[in-house]
Amino acid sequence: MLKARNLKFQYSDHDKIIFSDLNFTIQVGEIVALLGPSGSGKSTLAHLLAGYLLAQEGEIIFQGKKNSGPGRDRIIISQENDLFPFHTVIKHLNLVSSDQAKNQQWLKLVGLENYQDKYPHELSGGMKKRLSFARALAAESPFIIMDEPFSSLDQELKETLYQDLLKIVREKNITILLITHDQAEAEKLAGRVLYLDESGRIKDYQ
Amino acid sequence: MKKILKKSIIILTLLLFWQASYYIFQVANPLLPAPLDIFTSLVELLATKEFYFDIFASLGRVLVGFFLAASLGVPLGLWLGDKKEIGEYFLPLIEILRPIPPIAWIPVAILLFGLGNSAAYFVIFLGAFFPIFSNAYLGARSLPQIYKNVAATFEFSYWLYWREYVVKYALPFIFTGLKIGLGMAWICVIAAEMMGSQSGLGYFVQINRLYLKTERMFSGIITIGLIGYLLSACLDAITRKIIKVKN
Repeated sequence: MLKARNLKFQYSDHDKIIFSDLNFTIQVGEIVALLGPSGSGKSTLAHLLAGYLLAQEGEIIFQGKKNSGPGRDRIIISQENDLFPFHTVIKHLNLVSSDQAKNQQWLKLVGLENYQDKYPHELSGGMKKRLSFARALAAESPFIIMDEPFSSLDQELKETLYQDLLKIVREKNITILLITHDQAEAEKLAGRVLYLDESGRIKDYQ
Repeated sequence: MKKILKKSIIILTLLLFWQASYYIFQVANPLLPAPLDIFTSLVELLATKEFYFDIFASLGRVLVGFFLAASLGVPLGLWLGDKKEIGEYFLPLIEILRPIPPIAWIPVAILLFGLGNSAAYFVIFLGAFFPIFSNAYLGARSLPQIYKNVAATFEFSYWLYWREYVVKYALPFIFTGLKIGLGMAWICVIAAEMMGSQSGLGYFVQINRLYLKTERMFSGIITIGLIGYLLSACLDAITRKIIKVKN
């Protein structure tokens, strides 16, 4: 279970408090969508949960442990391209897991089995997202934060990945926080929706 | 062929004008010999053992000094570039030492090590170290935070992160530093040999200047330029072989 208690966050070079006294809980195996207008702090919250940022007040407790930095138990598939330009597709997976047979399966699952020796600059935007997803799966993390993961994909691929995602999440009991602008996507995938408004308040919709 | 012609056209034209001026103006200045005389002298020198001895003496010194500078400069630069908080302690010292021309260290080197190879190694090391260190430092420092986050998220060991992210990201910077460092090493060896050595191309140029054998002196200078060019071309070829992926 993930519990965010009384979170307050403000960037040191900005006057605006992104949010204060933010509270929510995510249960194991849940797919929760985080919706909200641009600039409401969705990505900031994702970075706090991933441990890239630390809250000024409050705490995040995941599986009984206080979040004090990044870790393999909470992986973010970021909006930014975090694939390393000098590593091939398969190398990205092999670095996080030594089980090469399984890594091949993950690549097959995301449709990149024929691109193993390609470098990120040789992949399309959608392929890069799929590689990030495969890497998160290879790490076998119990909690994946997906920051707009499907935004640059075509509808057909989206539908395929939705089905795959649901299947894997149910099979592996992975908890997902899906940050999206797409309400239909949120409804299709998530059992619960958290709405973060511009004033930094969170509303919980089942 | 077209590429070679393009690269050598300016050099050939200059040589042609230089040579032509001797025929047209009938100038025969013993201090500035004609290119053909220099070429003849160079061909003669290339047939002697002594000239190769001087070439290899210089090359040997460069390789030792450069190897020492690269062995220390690359890892130290990468480490301090990555560990910014430690790097800040060392930077003032580096920034004070870096602008001192390596040639200014020659008297110090002679005082410390005498007129032997050690003095030359010391000067070459200092000349090559700073560009190598600075570029490696810059390369490691330029690694975007996002990759550090990835390494922390997947809990890579420091060695794995260093090898797979810091070194690979900094490779183009490292090779730029090595190229500048090699050029500096070559400049330094010649300067060191001119001032405190009994062998090498620097010594060869200096001794022929003293005996006013200007054709031989210029042959030595041209050889210095050609070897410098070849060393740089070799390093470029190695760079192209290692850095295959364009970012």
